[in-house]
Amino acid sequence: MRFDDFATGVLTQEMAKAAAPPTKLWEGKRGGLVIIECPQPIPCDPCHANCPTGAVLSFEDINDLPKVDFAKCTGCAMCVAKCPGLACFVVDLTYGGDGEALMKLPYEMLPRPEEGMEVDCLNRVGEPVATGMVIRVQDPQCDKTLVVHVAVPKDLILDIRAIRVKSHG
Amino acid sequence: MNVLRTPDVLVIGGGPAGLSAAVEDASFGCHVIVVNEDLLLGGQLVKQTHKFFGSAAEHAGTRGIEIAKILIDELERFSDRVEAYTNCSALGYYRDGVVTCMVGEERYFKVKPKKIIVATGALEKLIPFPGNDLPGVYGAGAVQTLMNVYGVKPAKRVLMVGAGNIGLIVSYQLLQAGVDVAAIVEFAPKVGGYWVHAAKVRRLGVPIYLRHTVKRAIGESAVEGAVIQAVNEKGEFVGDERFIECDVICMAVGLTPTCELLWQAGCEMHYVPELAGHVAVRDKTMRTSHPDIWVAGDAAGIEEASTAMAEGRIAGLASAHSLGHIDEEVFKERLREYWMRLDALRGGEAGSKARSGTSKVIIETWEGKGVEVR
Repeated sequence: MRFDDFATGVLTQEMAKAAAPPTKLWEGKRGGLVIIECPQPIPCDPCHANCPTGAVLSFEDINDLPKVDFAKCTGCAMCVAKCPGLACFVVDLTYGGDGEALMKLPYEMLPRPEEGMEVDCLNRVGEPVATGMVIRVQDPQCDKTLVVHVAVPKDLILDIRAIRVKSHG
Repeated sequence: MNVLRTPDVLVIGGGPAGLSAAVEDASFGCHVIVVNEDLLLGGQLVKQTHKFFGSAAEHAGTRGIEIAKILIDELERFSDRVEAYTNCSALGYYRDGVVTCMVGEERYFKVKPKKIIVATGALEKLIPFPGNDLPGVYGAGAVQTLMNVYGVKPAKRVLMVGAGNIGLIVSYQLLQAGVDVAAIVEFAPKVGGYWVHAAKVRRLGVPIYLRHTVKRAIGESAVEGAVIQAVNEKGEFVGDERFIECDVICMAVGLTPTCELLWQAGCEMHYVPELAGHVAVRDKTMRTSHPDIWVAGDAAGIEEASTAMAEGRIAGLASAHSLGHIDEEVFKERLREYWMRLDALRGGEAGSKARSGTSKVIIETWEGKGVEVR
C-alpha cells in the first residue's frame, strides 16, 4: 500500500522540481526565491494579492494556479505568511556557502521556535531528514503564522517542507 | 417580551450567511432581528482558527474567527436598527407568518416579520458502526468547539474519519492543540478537501488512508481504539483489519442542510445530492417559492463559508429591495457584483459540485409560477 502519493497531498519529485525556480537565477538571488506548491485549482488568490513586487502574477480567474515571475521575486516571504494553504516556501541559496541554504517556512505550531535553536526538518510525509538551525523568527502579518528562517543542508531544499521543535527529555 | 415583534426582516441564524444578510439589510435601513441558537454570534466561524481561501472580498488569508469579528463589528454599526438574540432558537413557522422563538428555555416570544431569511446552516452527518455510541466518538464540530472555543483538549490521540476540508482542517488544529492524530481514513479514492490542506497534515506526519473506513470502535466504557479496514469500489470491506490506538474517533463525514423551517413554511424543496440534502428551490435573489422567505448559506446547500457570505449578501439585498428600500439600479448593480463573486468562487474544479448542484435548484424567476401568496 502506498500512502505517500500525490492523491493524499504529497507532491511528486517531478512536480517538486517543476515548481522550483530556474537554477541560474536562483543561485545568485540574495534573499531567495519562492516555491509555490499549489497544484489544484481552488478559489484563492492571497499569494498574488499580498505580493509587494508583483512577482506572483495576477489571476485571470481566481481558480487559476499561481504563476511566478522569478525575476521580480525578492524572497520577502509575504506570501509564506499569508497563504491559507501554507503552500509557499522561500529558499535562499546564497546563504552560508557550499553546504547550507536558508529556508523561510510557515509555522503555526507550539512551542514557538527561538533563534539559535536546533529543530527537526521534516519532509513532505513528516519524516525528520535533517537538523536545522533557526536563524530568525518573524510574524509578518501579526497573526500568529510565523515565518521561520532555518539554515538547512543545501541538498535537501526540495525535500524539507516543515520544522518541528525538538522535545526536551 | 411577550409583545409580538414586527421587524422588517427576521434573519434566522447568525453564522456567516445570516450576519452578511443582516448587515446588508441594515445597510439599506431595514429593521432587522437576528436570532442565533448558539451563545456566540458567528456560527462555525468562531471555531475556525484557520485562514480562509477566496479573494479579498471574502477576507481571504484571514482566520475565520477574525472574520466573525469583522461581521459582528459591521452589524454593530447598525445597532439602532438591528437586534441580535443569542442562545435563541426559532422554534416554528406558522401559517399566519409568525415565527416563534425561545431564548434559553424560559423566554418565549413571537416575531411576525415582513420578510424572513433562513440561514440555519447545517447538521453533521454520522456513520453507523459497532461501538459508535461509546464516549469518545465525536463529530468534528464538537471536537472543534471544545478545542477552539472552550480551550479544552479533546483527546490524546485521534482517529479522524473523513478527508474532506473539515476532516483535514480539524486534524491540523488537533495537531496545533498538541493532540496526536493517528491517521485519517477516507472512504473515497481521493481526498475530498483541498490538496493543500492534505499537504499540511501529511508533512506533519499524519498518514491518510484512502478507500478505508472505521469498522468498529473498541473499548469497554470509552473508546480505547478503532478497527479500520480497506474498502473496494463497491464499498465492501477487503484486506486485513488494522487496530488503531486512540481515545477519540472523530467523524468528519459531511454535513446536511438544516431545512425544517423551510419545509414548515411550505417552500418547494428538492433533494440534491451535490448539495448534500433537501434544499429550497430558489431564484437568483435566493428567494424560495414562498414570496417572503429567502435562504442563504449551508441551509441552501453545503458549500464553503465564503459562498455563504456572498449568498447572505444577496438574500439581504433582495429582501431589502422587496421592501422598497433600494433603488432599482443599485439593486441590479449589487446583485450582479455578488453573483460575479459567487460564480468565481464556484468556478474551479473544487466548485464543480456546487455548480452542478445549484444549477438544479436555481430558477430564473418565480413570476408566473403560480405561487400561492399566503
